Amino acid sequence: MARTPADLVGAQPGPPFEITFDGRSVTARPGQTVAAALWGAGIMAWRTTRDGGRPRGVFCGIGQCFDCLATVNGRPNRRACLVPARPGDAIVTQEGHGHDHLAV
Amino acid sequence: MPTGNLSDVIVVGAGVVGAACAYYAAGAGLRVTVVDRGCVAGGTTGAGEGNLLVSDKEPGPELELALCSGRLWAELAGTLPPRIEYEPKGGLVVAPGAAGMSALRDFTARQRTAGVTAEETPAERLRDLEPHLAPGLAGGVHYPQDAQVMPALAAAHLLRAAGGRVRLRLGEEVTGLLAGPDGAMRGVRTRHGEIHAPYVVNAAGTWGGELARLAGVELPVLPRRGFVLVTEPLPRVVRHKVYAADYVADVASGSAALQTSAVVEGTPAGPVLIGASRERVGFDRTLSPRALWRLAAGATALFPVLAAVRAMRAYTGFRPYLPDHLPAIGPDPRVPGLLHACGHEGAGIGLAPATGLIVARCVTGAEPPLDIGPFAPDRFAPSACTAPD
Repeated sequence: MARTPADLVGAQPGPPFEITFDGRSVTARPGQTVAAALWGAGIMAWRTTRDGGRPRGVFCGIGQCFDCLATVNGRPNRRACLVPARPGDAIVTQEGHGHDHLAV
Repeated sequence: MPTGNLSDVIVVGAGVVGAACAYYAAGAGLRVTVVDRGCVAGGTTGAGEGNLLVSDKEPGPELELALCSGRLWAELAGTLPPRIEYEPKGGLVVAPGAAGMSALRDFTARQRTAGVTAEETPAERLRDLEPHLAPGLAGGVHYPQDAQVMPALAAAHLLRAAGGRVRLRLGEEVTGLLAGPDGAMRGVRTRHGEIHAPYVVNAAGTWGGELARLAGVELPVLPRRGFVLVTEPLPRVVRHKVYAADYVADVASGSAALQTSAVVEGTPAGPVLIGASRERVGFDRTLSPRALWRLAAGATALFPVLAAVRAMRAYTGFRPYLPDHLPAIGPDPRVPGLLHACGHEGAGIGLAPATGLIVARCVTGAEPPLDIGPFAPDRFAPSACTAPD
């Protein structure tokens, strides 16, 4: 059986909790970022590009590339790779800039 | 006027003004070398918002230059690729109170006599033009002649469109000007050698005073710092260039202290650009949280919706400021062969085409498109400086 990073460092994380992604329940563990929780659930993309609507998820994973933007609790353009997951967080796929409702 | 040199004209500075000089000079059949110690649009051009404004100018030589330039930009928009993001979007100047509205009304009455189209917009109609505007404003004026370009791309495409007659030498600093025994310009010296031409154009922007000094003449160009705050990408939330009426007074002021007035506009790329701050602090690039705070406060007062979006970054630049707020354009009578095209303060993108056309006409001996007397480069000289050896 493959060892996980948590095994390797002997981590003893607290009890898991639930967040949602596009309404569906995803299990996260304390200390995980939103991106890590989504990856853990096999979800690789949570944004579409402004031009062409192509799928995007984590690229750099360290907060530099801004590829992993997601709408977190109603707020677009959050870097999923940096935002810690909290119980009850509602993650929603960000369509483009995520601010369509402001258009005039 | 072909010469034995590889170039007929050397333009120092690859900002939008230098690019426009090169474009119109090449269009007149001249061979041009553009030299810049940095890259294209690496100075003030790349730090601007790309405003092509008549709305903020009172009747006088600068407004005439702006109206001429506005017509040329509209022509260029048909020639240059769409990537320059030319948008004839119009400007909207708003007055928070009745006193400001009254002053604005007087200002526009004078502008109209000089050829500016200014349509007064009563308070209850403001939101037809800008649905996100704050309530409670006293009124505004719509200026359909105001427009915008993406300044760095505009400069780059002017240079590209100028074609094979223009040679670019970037990353090459001009360290000296070459003069003949009669004192007339013969070219420039850079760290890489000499470039020869009978005409040298000083399009060095905020650094134009330094270049003038190399020629032994005084041109008091001073840096006037500005910050622009950039939001995250948004759909179109601001349709026009929108600013508060006190911006005009700030532009015309000579104060060194920090001044801010709300100037808000969208861009085709998505981010909203928020200006405008002015302060004279030399070439200090230190980020000023106070200036940024005031920009944000001013913008959210005009557009409360912006309070809910995030500012992504800020950038800063140095407007080339001359004491009477007019650029220096045309031949320098003190140094034959030297022409100036600098000192446009915050209006250089807008004023670039007319400036370039004037310079090209002066070099070819043709009539400039308007009276260039008010832009005389030697108008600040209290006494003659010594000529270079």
